[in-house]
Amino acid sequence: MNVKKGRFGDFGGQYVPETVMNAVNELDAAYEKYKNDPDFIAELKRYYRDYAGRPSMLYYAEKMSKELGGAKIYLKREDLNHTGSHKINNVLGQILLAKRMGKTRVIAETGAGQHGVATATACALFGLECQIYMGAEDIERQSLNVYRMELLGAGVTSISEGTSTLKDAINAAMRDWAENIETTFYCIGSVMGPHPYPTMVRDFQKIISEEIRSQLMEKEGRLPDCIVACIGGGSNAMGAFYDFIGDEGVRLVGAEAAGLGVESGKHAATAAKGSMGIFHGMKSLFLQNDFGQIDPVYSISAGLDYPGIGPEHAMLHQKGRAEYVPITDEEAVSAFEYLSKTEGIIPAIESAHGVAAALKIAPQMDKDQIMVVNLSGRGDKDVYSIARYRGKNIVNS
Amino acid sequence: MNRIESALAELENKGEKALVTFVTAGDPDLETTEKLVLEMFENGSDIVEIGVPFSDPVAEGKTVQEASLRSLANGTDLTKILEIVENLRRKTDKPILLVMYVNTIFRFGTEKFFGLCREKGVDGVIVPDLPFEERDEIRSYADDNGIIPISLVTPTSRRRIESIASDAQGFLCCVSSPTKCSSSSDLDSFFGEIKKSCKVPALADFGISDTEQAAKIGSYCGGIVAGSAIVEIVEKYGQDSVQKVGEFVSSLKKAVK
Repeated sequence: MNVKKGRFGDFGGQYVPETVMNAVNELDAAYEKYKNDPDFIAELKRYYRDYAGRPSMLYYAEKMSKELGGAKIYLKREDLNHTGSHKINNVLGQILLAKRMGKTRVIAETGAGQHGVATATACALFGLECQIYMGAEDIERQSLNVYRMELLGAGVTSISEGTSTLKDAINAAMRDWAENIETTFYCIGSVMGPHPYPTMVRDFQKIISEEIRSQLMEKEGRLPDCIVACIGGGSNAMGAFYDFIGDEGVRLVGAEAAGLGVESGKHAATAAKGSMGIFHGMKSLFLQNDFGQIDPVYSISAGLDYPGIGPEHAMLHQKGRAEYVPITDEEAVSAFEYLSKTEGIIPAIESAHGVAAALKIAPQMDKDQIMVVNLSGRGDKDVYSIARYRGKNIVNS
Repeated sequence: MNRIESALAELENKGEKALVTFVTAGDPDLETTEKLVLEMFENGSDIVEIGVPFSDPVAEGKTVQEASLRSLANGTDLTKILEIVENLRRKTDKPILLVMYVNTIFRFGTEKFFGLCREKGVDGVIVPDLPFEERDEIRSYADDNGIIPISLVTPTSRRRIESIASDAQGFLCCVSSPTKCSSSSDLDSFFGEIKKSCKVPALADFGISDTEQAAKIGSYCGGIVAGSAIVEIVEKYGQDSVQKVGEFVSSLKKAVK
């Protein structure tokens, strides 16, 4: 069989319009050139440490562990990174690459705004023009992040098409890229899109699992039994899983957004309800109808509100190496409140989906077992919308 | 010989340029689409492209994108579109292509789709999100059924132009816009590069909106494709657009001849 670039089993590929194909190939060549370049690696490591604040802490959530009465739970504190989420790991890598490629303008899509904020931050730092695409619905529910991006000097374009969420922001970013291909670098925020993005973004995020391994070896002298992370496109989950994929004893759990329930028709639970398709540059799993029209999806979390998952996740799902569990809005909001009250940590509503999965799984595990929950982001951005969900209006008007 | 190939060969013998026109299926409804296709053929269109609506047409501009969404809201689907092709085949023997996103083929079943194309009388497909590198996704199924997968190039294809152009069947769809590629030197270098390796007619799909652009751009290549300008007329006049589209197509045909 003819093995093509960027395949993960049956998934992956480069299904993009001809207008951007050359740019995708150029990016692939540049990434291949720099990924093992000592200067590139040294510079990236320096920014990880001095600017982003890596390594992120691995924190033993003792109170939570004892209350749940099962596994010993560690929280990987990606929420403590500069800009407030794991997104900065990938953005620093891509922006250093963009600089080396001589690009002067950067575009990105964003759902919750975390990737947009990280991209705007790196563009401010490196003096690049920055344009962020965000669905109108998401702009409404993540207004804090919109203002942060503008403060950092980025332009934010509101997209009122389709479902006015992440999917539509990606469509708009792809159209911009096709129009401005010579000057513009498209900084994709997740392990999705055409090759080389799923591989490149995973490589920039795999530091999460590498750190978990070494930090846990230091603290416990052994590997974890279970890793839990939320999944939209899947970048923080892939980052948290990747180094453990070969360790069969480590259970990998992705928490996907079940919205109002997987049977409600209002969810973004791709692994539970999706089927194989080709969209946004990749063959993967998507929520779609019988004619291949992409379904409108829903989640309280703007960052998980996407009708597909990255191709490497689709492969892990197909092989049964990782399991993907649906978490409803209500379960996520309860977990958001639980972690705030129990550990004094307000997680992003995206990450709260992972916490909710942990609340279900940890009690079924033994006391001598270890679970790591990847806390992908912090929840400051979500307090307005969670308050509103609970029927409180905390915005002065 | 496929209808696309024979129509283009005939034009070449007559020393004429090709006019390819596009409509989105199901906008405002499938009955009107059928009338529009026939009217365009009547008025000088050599090949008609029927756009299969997709929820997220990332390669399209706003006009076609909105037509797609209007059509989907009307309940248009691929089965119904193949039915209108079957109806059209009783009335015309001119080449008909479907323009569609790869997921609408893949999800329907690639083998089943191309079998139905042959049965219903589709002559070719244009899949804007299936680049040269991924052509194997449909190639063998299309070949087995005598359906031509049309290749696309753009000025940004650069060094890939040669491999794409030399492999093209039917015609080569050359995509740009009058704002991106308008000067004589731009047009000369783009089509000059293409002609070095292309064995089939190179047709310009530039978002051409008037006869002046059609005449100018057409003079550099084998003919032109008109899409969004027609979809705009349909958007404006709905079911009453048929005659107006016919007049527009007729003016384009005179301009590129």
